[in-house]
Formats: sequence, structure tokens, C-alpha cells
Amino acid sequence: MAGKDDEYERKQSRDISRRRFLKGAGLTALSMANLSEAQAAKEASAAIRGPGATAVTLRVNNAVHNLQVEPCETLAETLRTQLGMTGTKVSCDRGTCSACTVWLDGATMCACMTLTVDVQDRAVTTIEGLAQDGKLHPVQEAFIEKDATMCGFCTPGMVMSCAALLARNSSPTLDDVREATCGNFCRCGTYPKVFAATLAAAGKGVK
Amino acid sequence: MSEGEKKAAGKGTLTESKKTKTIKVPIGIFGVNIAEVEREVPLDEPPPLPVNAELNVLGKPTKRLDGHLKVTGAARYTADIQLSGMLYGRILRSPHPHAKIKSIDLSQACKQPGVRAAHIITRVVGTAKERDEKTRAIDAKILFDSSTGVPIVKYVGQPVAAIAATTDRAAAEALEYIKVEYEPLPFVVDMYDAMKPDAPKVFQGPTEQEGTAGGGGAPPGLPQKGNVRGPEVAGLLGGDRGDVKAGFAEADLVVENEYHTQIQMHSALEPHGLIADWRDDALTIYASTQGTSSLRDDIAHLFNLPKNKVRVITEFMGGGFGAKFGAGNYGIAAILLSKQAKAPVKLMHDRKEEQTCAGFRPASVQNLKIGAKNDGTLTAITLSSHGTAGTALGAGVGWAAQNLYKCANFSSQHFDVLTNQSPGCAFRAPGQPQGCFAIEQAIDELCDRLGLDPLELRDKIDADEMRKQQRNLGAKAFDWSKRKRAGSDKGAIRRGVGMAQGEWPRFVDMNSSCELRLTNDGGVEVLSSVQDIGTGIRTVLAQVVAEELGLLPTDIVVRIGDTVFPTGPASGGSVTTGSITPAVRKAAHHLKLKIFDLASSKLSAEPEDLIMKDGKISEKNGGNSLTLKKLAKELPTDQLSVFASRTADYGGFEKGNFLGFGRLSSVQFAEVLVDTESGRIHIERIVAAHSCGRPLNPLALESQINGGVLQGISWALYENRHVDKASGIVVNPNVEQYKLVGAKEVPKIEIVLMEEYLGRSATDATGIGEPAIVPTAAAIANAVANAIGVRILSLPMTPDKVLAALKKGGSR
Ligand code: FES
Ligand code: FES
Repeated sequence: MAGKDDEYERKQSRDISRRRFLKGAGLTALSMANLSEAQAAKEASAAIRGPGATAVTLRVNNAVHNLQVEPCETLAETLRTQLGMTGTKVSCDRGTCSACTVWLDGATMCACMTLTVDVQDRAVTTIEGLAQDGKLHPVQEAFIEKDATMCGFCTPGMVMSCAALLARNSSPTLDDVREATCGNFCRCGTYPKVFAATLAAAGKGVK
Repeated sequence: MSEGEKKAAGKGTLTESKKTKTIKVPIGIFGVNIAEVEREVPLDEPPPLPVNAELNVLGKPTKRLDGHLKVTGAARYTADIQLSGMLYGRILRSPHPHAKIKSIDLSQACKQPGVRAAHIITRVVGTAKERDEKTRAIDAKILFDSSTGVPIVKYVGQPVAAIAATTDRAAAEALEYIKVEYEPLPFVVDMYDAMKPDAPKVFQGPTEQEGTAGGGGAPPGLPQKGNVRGPEVAGLLGGDRGDVKAGFAEADLVVENEYHTQIQMHSALEPHGLIADWRDDALTIYASTQGTSSLRDDIAHLFNLPKNKVRVITEFMGGGFGAKFGAGNYGIAAILLSKQAKAPVKLMHDRKEEQTCAGFRPASVQNLKIGAKNDGTLTAITLSSHGTAGTALGAGVGWAAQNLYKCANFSSQHFDVLTNQSPGCAFRAPGQPQGCFAIEQAIDELCDRLGLDPLELRDKIDADEMRKQQRNLGAKAFDWSKRKRAGSDKGAIRRGVGMAQGEWPRFVDMNSSCELRLTNDGGVEVLSSVQDIGTGIRTVLAQVVAEELGLLPTDIVVRIGDTVFPTGPASGGSVTTGSITPAVRKAAHHLKLKIFDLASSKLSAEPEDLIMKDGKISEKNGGNSLTLKKLAKELPTDQLSVFASRTADYGGFEKGNFLGFGRLSSVQFAEVLVDTESGRIHIERIVAAHSCGRPLNPLALESQINGGVLQGISWALYENRHVDKASGIVVNPNVEQYKLVGAKEVPKIEIVLMEEYLGRSATDATGIGEPAIVPTAAAIANAVANAIGVRILSLPMTPDKVLAALKKGGSR
């Protein structure tokens, strides 16, 4: 009865996540302020989510959103349809092309393979949140400078992968950039310029 | 003037109006043989542009105007648009490759939550059609079950019904409740099986199919026997010549092989799709298309609507590569659903639909035979090719064998084989990469056998001056001198170098117009329905206007991709830049003349004595000046507007009013490493020498050349669609099992961009999209042969084929 076991496991992990979520909510004044007590109580008592829409609180680009999502809704869907953040693209919808790359707590993740209910209290950063105070991220600037975008459909995901690389490695080699983008498909063929742009951005001293 | 040119000029195709003037325009290759030529042009043509070195904006690397929107995620593609009250459409597709539909029941599906509209697909587009009434009637009898009125299914994935619901998920779930009763029919998927006399017929009689703005389709009226249509013996650039029999009799040696190329899926990141908003008898379409205006015309025709009731908008577009023309089955479904539901309907393919039912580059088999003298002179070429575009026509292999080299005797025949597979369509330089893969390997083999250097032989047998220069400069950049004799490298990993060349015609779309506006605050806007499919035409149009009006590209607002603006060209066949930029320059020139008229009284100077520079209108000799902003305030109305259309090519056309003189030539060099133990090919370096007339934005041109080379590499080594013969099902309908070139396989690409002047239009620019992919696979194949001393005649060059070739060649 593999199905049952799966279900059991899923429930277990949900319960653990639920606890982590509440703990996080308790510790974060901002989250707490946005989570009504009644809702929190309801959330706490709900051991199993779904099949209908369920309440979640998402932290995207430092803003908090209280939303109703179906348990099967992916983060990419939520971002795109509920929050209107269409910079995160969906191309394969099954974790192959990385067009949907976002950061969860700073690490790259395919938003098409991440369920919104599983995001919980983790910080989501999307392409819309990469520029700070109206100033482009150095990778974004370098992409424009070197013409690392053509049709541009892969570009947000590409930028998120390259910016994440620079966040963990301020002086990457060409091979590091290849490694960081080897999951990002670009049918227009911007790769040579993506490499050049990322290395150039690193040269500018990205933290 | 060539013979053809004289003829064209003689026929009076030079200009429509009798009033002409003579101008002197640059001609030749910059740095090599630049000269001037006189052209008679209409009176209203702008003055000739000097070479790029004397210009301020054109020819200078210019950042994309929309780069900021693209890197911040703000650019909105069709897939991103959400309209209020918008529904989501989904299509039910046939699981059978050939079947009669006995019944369809939508009733349960319509009761599902969120469902707002549903309909049965009664018309399938994109495939070939029966030629004559008689067979169409026979087909109709078989095709349509009178109770359902549904077309017969001819491929797995053929649309059967469509549903619109309040969410995408609700629509997808409702599809499961559509009941369809199929009566499966015998089918054939494999090309060779389909050629057998007793093979199940895909169509009941001879077929026809017109091409799209991107190519594809087949010449009308050819014979068809069963599933085999042809022979096609002549194409756009002519047909047989001389006497091949006599030619082969003269030959000292003959190279004869069978070359295979596989299907290539377009795999654009944004799938096909559109949003249809039908209200008050007018239709607004947001589409991921390569041709807003041609799509508008297609929809107006299909739905019997006046053109001015259909508006198509494509602000940003996530890649097409030839596959995105016309309404498509998804588009027709979305429009009907919108009409029925009285709400906007968005219908985008999912990845599986995109990889199975959205077109592909057809596969080909070519039997090519070339005869040559011992000095390498070609005496005869024959080519017989077969290809299948599934249920579509247009699997030809171009004209590389016919036209690349001097050879008095040539003969060819091509056959399209119909199979129960989804329809193929135009893909970047339709036919040419396939054709080059064969002829360029044959020429290389000839060199190997005669002990000639591939560049030297080509210098002798190739009449194209541009390619000669490209070979020369490319060889220097590549360091061709390090090339060793084929198969001389030893060891487990062997290095090889090779080259190949190609060409693409210079097509022009005369239906290219624009409007240019100066607003009374000094702003300048270009308006045209032309769309930017990623090539950077938006930026190039700003450059053209900026050059003419003495402004910066960033001063210009470019509004394109909307059919409320004057009609621009569809983006296929590398026509966009060469078609629309001359119209835009003409408009800018006439706007400038109007500005000078206004300014002349203010500056008390003759209009002829004025120039525009740095946002100012001033006297040529540096006297008085006035800012454009200040002058614009004096406009009697909010804007000053100029409309302009493409002028015919200076000196006329080679054919009709669409084929210009001159070709887009290319030569590419490849350096590869072949692992003789694993069979893997690693490409280290590509040098790509290209010409595209006057280069307007080298930055974007480089990007497009990179893109063509990478698609060529991807096709040469990795891509292949697999269809199960027993079921007709595509077994890799995704992008994890359909291998595309990725970041780790990208070689160093060096570009030699030629600056070429043809003296044919007000900008003298052409496109680069197609030529960039044409010679790549052939260059790699030649480099592989140089490395291991054995030829691989079949694409993709996967490790198994490399190992098999090595075994056969006995060099392991
Ligand atoms: S859309 Fe998420 S990986 Fe492709
Ligand atoms: S820029 Fe078009 S897919 Fe990457």
C-alpha cells in the first residue's frame, strides 16, 4: 500500500512544516501582525489541508501576502496569477528549464516544482525583487550591457541563477557560471553573453 | 549590372513613378573592395547613407531599448497577460494516429465546475489538404461521420475538442469528462514504411499546402502516388541545368553518399498561444506570433471579419524560429470559445503540446552524387531527396547542392512523404541546413580524396566573392593553418578542424510601412505592426530614426507589435530588418524635411541649409540654431506625422517583388575533440563569418549569430524526436528527454562580421536569422571527419554513431 504510506509521509511532513510555520510566525512580529489570531487558530487546528483552498502567508520580496491557495498550486502559479508577478516564467512546468527560478531563503529553486503551501515562512525572492531601491542588480546591468537577452523569456530565470551564484561566490570562473546556468534553457542562444555578463558583474565586486 | 538586373531595370520595375533621381551609393565589402555605384531611385528617397564609419548611431553596438524590462521581469509576454474575467482554454487531443471519430459527448464536461464554453473542433489547420473536389469528397465521406461532423484524426495530438473554464486547472480537469468514441484506422508513422505501395494512405488523394510567411509548404500541382508526393524538380532559384550524364562521364572521380538528417523541434521557451477577446463583433488578440499583421489577415479570413475589426497585439514574444505564424488550431479554438463565452479566453500550449503538435524541422534522406576532375572542378551533381513533415508538406532540402558551386550539370528531385505524424512547419532557414549537411560533406570528402585543402578548392569552385573574403578572414581568425590531414591525430581523444559554408536569399517584404510622429513636446515615436521576436528590431528602428534626426536611440519611443499601427513585415526568412528599416528611414527623412520647413522661418534660413544634430536644428555653417523641443511647441496640432512604405529595391528585384539581388553568405569553422572511447564529441570553438548587408547593431547581430550556431550545434549533436512506430506517440514530448544544447556544451564562438554594401535600399541592411544556422552542422561533421578519419553521414552525431563509424573505419 505505497499510496497510503505516501499519504502518511506527506501528512507527517506537513505537520512538521506547520509547526515550523507557527514557530516562525511567533518569532516574527511582521508575520504575526499579518496573521489574524482567529486565522492562526484555524491554521493550527487544521491537520490536513485541502482539498479546497487553504490560507497561506507568503513573504515575497520582503512583503507579506495572505492568500488562499489550493494545495496543488505551485509557487509559480501563485506568483503569476494571484500576485501578478509574471517575471517568473513557466516554460516546461516540470523542473527542467529553470525559467521559473526564484530564491527560497537565498537558494535557487524551481517555482514550478514548489507547492505554495510548502513555502511556509521561507523568504521568497523573485526577479521583481532583485533590484534594490530602483537600482538594478549588477547582473541585471551586465545582462543589458553585454546583450545577454534576446527574446527574454529565459532571462529572469537566467538572471536569478547568475545572481545567486555571485551571492555565494564573488569571483566565479567560467566553469562556475556554466555550472550555475546548466539547468537554464535558452533557445535563443544567449549563453555566451550570459557567461560574459556574469563574469563582468563579478568583476564589479558583487557581494 | 548583372543580366538579371538589366532585365529588371528594362522592364520598368525600377520605380513606380516616372520621377526619379540618380544617387551614388556605396557598394562592396568594407576594407576590401568598397566602391560607389549609381542608382536611379524615386524622387522621394532619402539621400544615400555613407559607410558606417561616417555615421553616428548605425553600425555602433547599441544596447537593447527593452533590456531593462527583460532583466527585471517587467516585460509582459502573451503568457503573462491576465484580462479581467479571462477564462482559460484547453484542448482535448487524439491519442490515435489515424481514426474516425464516431461520437463526441461534451455534456458531462460542460457540467464541471467553472466550465463556461466548449466546442468540437471541426476544422484542423497546419496540415496538407486534398487537392481536388473529387478526392476531397471521398475523403469527406471517410473523414466526416455525418452524426459528428468531425474531421478524421490523422496524427496523435490532433485537436478534437476545446473547453474554456474559469481556471486553467478547471479546464484541464473538465477535458477528462469529454467522451469520445474513436474507430482506429490503419496508420503509418515511419517514412520508409509510408513509401511502400500497400502502406495505409494518410490522405485519400493528391495534396496541396501553401507555405507560411516563414516558409514551408510545397509547390502546387505535383504528382502524388500514395503517400509520396513529387518529384519537385525546380524551386525558387531554378532547377536542372546541363547534362548530368555527360558530366559524370567527364568526371575523374565520384563522391556518392546517403545523408540523413533528423527532426528538430523549435522548442521556444514561450509556447504557442493567444488570448482572444471577442466582444461587440470585434476581436482583440494577444498572441505569441512572428507576424501580427499576417495573423490579423489569417483570422479575418478564417472568421469572415473585416480586417479593421481584428486587432493583434504582440508586445513581447518568447521565441518562434519559424513555427509561429497564423492562427493555429489553438488560436481558432480560443477565438470560438471567446465568442461562445462572451469573455476573453487564454489558450497556451503546455510543454507537451509544444513538443508534439507545434511543428518541427522535417527529417530528410539525401542521395547526393558529385563528379569532379582531378583538379577538383565539378562536372556533375545529382540529388535525390525524401523527407517527411508528417501530415504536412515542405520537407525539401533547399538549394545548397544546386547553387553553392559552379557546376554546369545539375539535376535534382525531391519527394515529400506523408506520414501519420503531426504537421511539420518552417524552421529557421527551411531546408538549407539539411542541404548543406550533405553537399558540404561531399565537397570535403572530395578534398580529402584529392588531397586538396578545403579552402583552396572552394576558392576555385565557388563564385561568391563574399564567401571568398569570409573564408580568408575566417581562416585567419581560426588559424586554419594548424589543420592536419584527416585521421592523422592519434590517441583516445582526437582533435579535428573543419569548415562549411552556406547562403540564404535576400528576401524583401514590400508590405512594410510605418508612421513617425513628432509630438509637441519634442518626443519622437515610430509606429509599426512589426514585432520584435527577440532579434532586437525595436532597438534598430530607434537607431535608424536617431541617425536621421540627430538624436540618441534612447530618445526614440518605438511602438510596435500592434496592428492598429501601419502594417510591418512578418518576421520570417530574415526579412524584417531589410524590409522595415528603409521605410522607417524614409519616414524619418520626410519628418526632418517638415521640421526644416517649420524651422526655416524661425532661423531665417533656407530649409536646404539646415541640419539636425544633438537635438538641435541649426544652420550647416554653424549659424543660428533651435532645439527640437522648442520648435515642436510651435506645432499647430499635437503631432506632426509622416507615413512611409518600403520602396522597391534600388535596381529592381531578381524575382517578383520579393527576391532581392545578392545573398546572405556565411562560412563557419569548427574545432572539435572526439573521444574515441566514449564516442562523445566536444566542440571547442566555432568561428562564424557572416554578412548581412550594412550591419546596423553589431551587438544584437552577434547575439543572433550565436543563437544560430547554438541551434546548429544542438541539431548536429543532440536533438532528436522519437516517435513510437507501433502507436504514433512521441515518446520524448518534453525538454528533459529531448536534449537541447546547454550551458556546459557551449563552445567559444568568435564572430567575423562583414560590412557589406549592396546599394539596394535606404539603409542597405538585411537580416541574419537564417544564415546563422545554415552551415553549422556541416562544419562540425567535417571537423569530426578530420579528427577520426571517418565520416558520419547521419544526424545527430551521437556517441553510438561515432563508435559505429570508428569501428567501420577500423581506426580504433
Ligand atoms: S518552468 Fe519550472 S523548470 Fe521549467
Ligand atoms: S533569450 Fe529567448 S530563450 Fe533565452
